[in-house]
Amino acid sequence: MCAEENRELKPLLANRVKVINVGLEGFVGELRACGIEVTHVDWRPPAGGDPKMAALLAKLGV
Amino acid sequence: MTAFVLNEIRKGFYLDSVALMRLSREIAALPGVREAALMMATPANKAILRDAGLLESGDVEAHGNDLVVAMRADDEPTARAALGQALLALDGRKTQSGAHDAWTPRSIAAAVSAAADANLALISVPGEFAAAEARKALRHGLHVMMFSDNVSIEDELSLKQEARERGLLLMGPDCGTAIIGDAPLAFANKIKRGPVGIIGASGTGTQEVSCLLSEAGSGVSHAIGVGGRDLKKEVGGITTLMAIDALDADEATERVVLISKPPHPDVARTVLARIAKSSKPYTVCFIGLEQVEVPANATFAPTLKDAAKAVLGGLRIGSGFDASAIAARHGVPAGRGARIEGLFAGGTLCAEAQVFLKNAGRRVSSNAPVPGVAVLENAQPGQGDRILDLGADEYTRGRPHPMIDPSIRDDALRTALENTDIAVILLDLIIGYGAHSDPAGHLAEVIAGRRPDAPLIIGSVTGTEADPQIRSRQVRTLEEAGVLVAPSNAQACEVALKVLATVKGEVDAHA
Repeated sequence: MCAEENRELKPLLANRVKVINVGLEGFVGELRACGIEVTHVDWRPPAGGDPKMAALLAKLGV
Repeated sequence: MTAFVLNEIRKGFYLDSVALMRLSREIAALPGVREAALMMATPANKAILRDAGLLESGDVEAHGNDLVVAMRADDEPTARAALGQALLALDGRKTQSGAHDAWTPRSIAAAVSAAADANLALISVPGEFAAAEARKALRHGLHVMMFSDNVSIEDELSLKQEARERGLLLMGPDCGTAIIGDAPLAFANKIKRGPVGIIGASGTGTQEVSCLLSEAGSGVSHAIGVGGRDLKKEVGGITTLMAIDALDADEATERVVLISKPPHPDVARTVLARIAKSSKPYTVCFIGLEQVEVPANATFAPTLKDAAKAVLGGLRIGSGFDASAIAARHGVPAGRGARIEGLFAGGTLCAEAQVFLKNAGRRVSSNAPVPGVAVLENAQPGQGDRILDLGADEYTRGRPHPMIDPSIRDDALRTALENTDIAVILLDLIIGYGAHSDPAGHLAEVIAGRRPDAPLIIGSVTGTEADPQIRSRQVRTLEEAGVLVAPSNAQACEVALKVLATVKGEVDAHA
């Protein structure tokens, strides 16, 4: 179980968060209202909507 | 009376689940429409539609990127008219969608090209696709918050291992709340910034503690959500351990609160051993456990309120609040039994209530029991307190969480109001980003006109004055509707117990 040493975390907490939002569009307005930069992805199910194929393509880096 | 079921498929038409749920509700409210569901035709959603008897032939020729409009109405003309309205509304939504940006990327890769300095992906796509998107985000060097649920534990483990190798934080899946600096992510509240870091395996637990701190005059540096399964044996606390590293290294964080339901003992040992190496003080709240041996730099808090209190120093939660005085002013109406019915939107608030009632020696059952509390199915009907987590899967399958749609509670609340065995109804309201715009107003409508001898309703509002719903306004609406409102969920439980102790005292005196 998690004997591996954690790698040093890439900066997140000390930096200003800049968000890429993938999914619920409602989050975009709320984040922008708080002054957070957001890029919204007009997402739709990949691989013709086949979750297994989508998972495989993601693993292959497609 | 027979009903008419009608389906329509829109090929390659996508809208997010919250937008679709809102439309579903609007269509279902039309006269003569008995049920309506607009859903993407993922395998899970098709099963929901099938189980609900909303498919014309028991199946539908559609895939995950197709939209199904399904409804059951009194007759065919009503169904067709409602379908027409649904399609019109969909076209309207599609026109609005994306109208705020001149160009909207269609993939994470395109978004990263457009915003090269982005550092976090917030993923809330349907669970079947969430792991694939999270993997893409990690490979583009983004930290990830997975709001999506229904992600397998195998995917969770492999994503967290990959994130760890890349030095990236993977919060979630099923991570409802996080605050990174001044960014409230998903269901978070507008919290004052301050010295306390939070690591939460529970969204509503994080919300309650962060709001209690903020309202009492302290504040939060960051709240890192780890997902409800992170401290299970299979995942081994990968994100929790990374979050401890991150908050230890963070200059803005002076002390840390860790909130989780009881972890696997092996994982608890690993996490507590890591805390022991920290130079910062920790408060550990494994809600449901009565005592845990913690390192010298840590304190154990059995409830969320205790966790907040431990880091507040001299500051008070709900200054001036006196549970005994309130209980003395509000007795249980005559002729009532002595049961408590808990109707909770927040899973950890539900757990906290169970801890209080169990420790007071009451017999408790729940659909989401903490250790020592009976599983609801095994409990004798009508006996003991029943504390329900209405955000659990059995209530939210194919429906929004009660924080978004408080109407999930309505039927249970109406039934409880009529039940003479019940003395007290305990409940929570959770406000903030992502939550319903006026849950108190909704609740007030449901309980208006209740009989004079209805059970006492005691509750709390998890939120802050800076939230869009404004906590004090929600409290006032509840109080005007006759609800006793406590400053925290724990204090609501305290009032309930004191009220019932008064009843018991009277019964004993008459015995």
